[in-house]
Amino acid sequence: MVSAAVDEILSGLWARPDNLIPALQEIQTQFHFLPEATLRAVSRRFQVPLAEVYHVATFYNCFSLAPRGHHQIHVCTGTACHVRGGQRILDRVLKELNLTSSGTTADYAFNVQPVRCLGCCALGPIMRVDQRIYGHLKQSRIPRILERYRSLAEVAA
Amino acid sequence: MNVAPARLATLTHLRLAAARGRRTLLPEQPKILVGMGTCGLATGADEVFEALRDELQHRKLDYVLAATGCIGWCGMEPLVDVQLPGQPRITYGRMDTRKARELVRGLERGDLQPKWAVGFLSGYENPLTGKRLRYARQTTRVDGVPRYQDLPLFRHQVRWASRNCGIIDPRSLDEHIARGGYFALHRVLTAMQPHEVIAEVTRSELRGRGGAGYPTGKKWETVANQRATLKYVICNADEGDPGAYMNRTLLESDPHSVLEGMCIGAYAMGAAEGIVYVREEYPLAVTRMHEAIAQAEAAGLLGEKIFGSGFSFRIRIAKGAGAFVCGEETALIASLEGRVGEPRQRPPFPAERGLGGKPTCINNVETWADIPLIVMRGGDWYAQLGTKSSKGTKTFCLVGAVKNTALVEVPLGITLRKVVEEIGGGVPEGRRFKAIQTGGPSGGCVTESLLETPVDYEGLTSAGTIMGSGGMIVMDDSTCMVDIAKFFLTFLADESCGKCFSCREGLQRMQQIVTHISQGQGREEDLPLLEDLGWMVRETSLCGLGQTAPNPVLSTLRYFRDEYLAHVREKRCPAKVCRELIAYRIEPTICDGCGACVRVCTAEAILGEKKQAHVIENARCTKCGACIEVCQPRAILVE
Repeated sequence: MVSAAVDEILSGLWARPDNLIPALQEIQTQFHFLPEATLRAVSRRFQVPLAEVYHVATFYNCFSLAPRGHHQIHVCTGTACHVRGGQRILDRVLKELNLTSSGTTADYAFNVQPVRCLGCCALGPIMRVDQRIYGHLKQSRIPRILERYRSLAEVAA
Repeated sequence: MNVAPARLATLTHLRLAAARGRRTLLPEQPKILVGMGTCGLATGADEVFEALRDELQHRKLDYVLAATGCIGWCGMEPLVDVQLPGQPRITYGRMDTRKARELVRGLERGDLQPKWAVGFLSGYENPLTGKRLRYARQTTRVDGVPRYQDLPLFRHQVRWASRNCGIIDPRSLDEHIARGGYFALHRVLTAMQPHEVIAEVTRSELRGRGGAGYPTGKKWETVANQRATLKYVICNADEGDPGAYMNRTLLESDPHSVLEGMCIGAYAMGAAEGIVYVREEYPLAVTRMHEAIAQAEAAGLLGEKIFGSGFSFRIRIAKGAGAFVCGEETALIASLEGRVGEPRQRPPFPAERGLGGKPTCINNVETWADIPLIVMRGGDWYAQLGTKSSKGTKTFCLVGAVKNTALVEVPLGITLRKVVEEIGGGVPEGRRFKAIQTGGPSGGCVTESLLETPVDYEGLTSAGTIMGSGGMIVMDDSTCMVDIAKFFLTFLADESCGKCFSCREGLQRMQQIVTHISQGQGREEDLPLLEDLGWMVRETSLCGLGQTAPNPVLSTLRYFRDEYLAHVREKRCPAKVCRELIAYRIEPTICDGCGACVRVCTAEAILGEKKQAHVIENARCTKCGACIEVCQPRAILVE
């Protein structure tokens, strides 16, 4: 299944090195991470050494080599959010999900990452869960927000 | 509204499209607008929109309901505007679904609900044409509602680059044309030679709005003078500075202004391909840009033989992959070529050898949006505002400890004090102004004594900071400057691409030292050491990231040295921020024993009987601040 999906992505792009990043972005969007097999496929398709594909995949923040969970949580740690307690929001989210540092929960329901500014500085502190942005956050709201997604994940399962 | 527009090949076609746009901008029916930028959506604008639609349908009212971009009043989101035919446009702030429904019910019986109104507009100046978009037939008043022009937030603003933001529906090409859009491109392609366009841009003395301030006309001339079969123009929308979102707002609220500017630039420099490099953290901006490009292609404003001329031009979008350093132009090019975003030595500058070795002009979003203005009104007109060396206007994001958090556009040369105290309304009651941080991680902090500094490229540099892309973060006495320095160093050490040893290692050492200071483990000799390291990183790094990275530390050391010394000598954080140096305590005379703090404490560090003063067990307390958030009588003190 992985290879069929990857083939489809790759066949839609010209086999030029400048399409390397768009290809990886598309794979990341579909799988929420870059499985090793896809890196090899990308390397073959674009005629770029695997080491270089790995270099790119580990350089940019949006790529992950380990599976990310079902729901992507991005807690903003930009300047405006930082002075309003963004770090404490991040700590609280991690604590609620029993994580010691940013990463994926054991049940693959959530992945938590700090992000450098989502560009909604007037609403800080903020976080984004999948595509939805939550502004004017308080720690007390976090358990309820997470609960909403947890039940969503259960319904999906 | 989203019908595919007919092909626009002549001036008459443009005028017809403008007439169509005017009919939707100022319809015969009452119109309700909802600000649907990212900030609006984050505060529930989509739910407000649905509630309005539902209520209008339910009451069978023949109103126009439309989305618009962001007028920049970020602190008041979600915003709803009501525009009755021939009447002023009234803006309502902090709306929710309940208020939205009640607003419709009120309008039905002729009640304008002034209690939620925050301002009204009788007309809106269009800098492209010099004409006003007239909402009201005559100057009217709305009882109990201030005029936009009388509000300190808007009084000092001159909205040139953001001329259409919050006015038009960003998905309507016709409305954009009704505001004078694409007439500049028509003029350029039918009546101007490329060198005439460049001369006009040079005369305007426009400087790059991305922060470095390189003269745009000079850059264009360099690219135009290159002999090459292929040239590129690039719009740099990799807005990575935390605390800055001007580019996002512009792309979301008025994407066509940017496309038009790029077309004009491409014609002037002889480029046939354009790329918009936009952060992937801005999904809505990416979507709006895709839609706008598709519309422009369908209308023949992009593609082959635009306006029947010999000029052909295409634009595509490239999404950034999340690397701050890619805002640097040579790193951006490396990323577009499918490599890691590492800057390279300049010269050769991208204007000579850029993407794929071809001459490439990279300008910021706002620079591109200024171009149609310069073509329509002339370079001299553009240069009427500003200071000797910095002309025109600039957008800024004014956030942090100010009453009015907003996206503003002001003439260059305005003083920082005017921006903070008048436009921003000063710091909230009970707090004291401490510093204003400009230029993102590459900038510095400026103190009260320097608030008379004019906001222009040279003025800010002499104050120890930089113009940058336009983030302005106001800090009050609850912000610790050592913590801010630590924050920026952590950011920069993380985002350093690692190519230069001095930036890679130097920033990490500096981060370690500042972290030690914030934990009360610093020594006095650390401060000169930090300055030495900062100087070394600045002088020996290749790109703008490294050369400006020490600015936050050096500027805070310069203006807030006593705060560093308090951390070092007295092991004390005056702003009570650094976790290792503070303790939480419940004041027994204030605590009413409600128990709210006990319920939210995740560390089980709060003890006490109901209705009796509680105590915090310091050994367990993680200083997360959850208790302070819920304590109604404010009994929890930080010491």
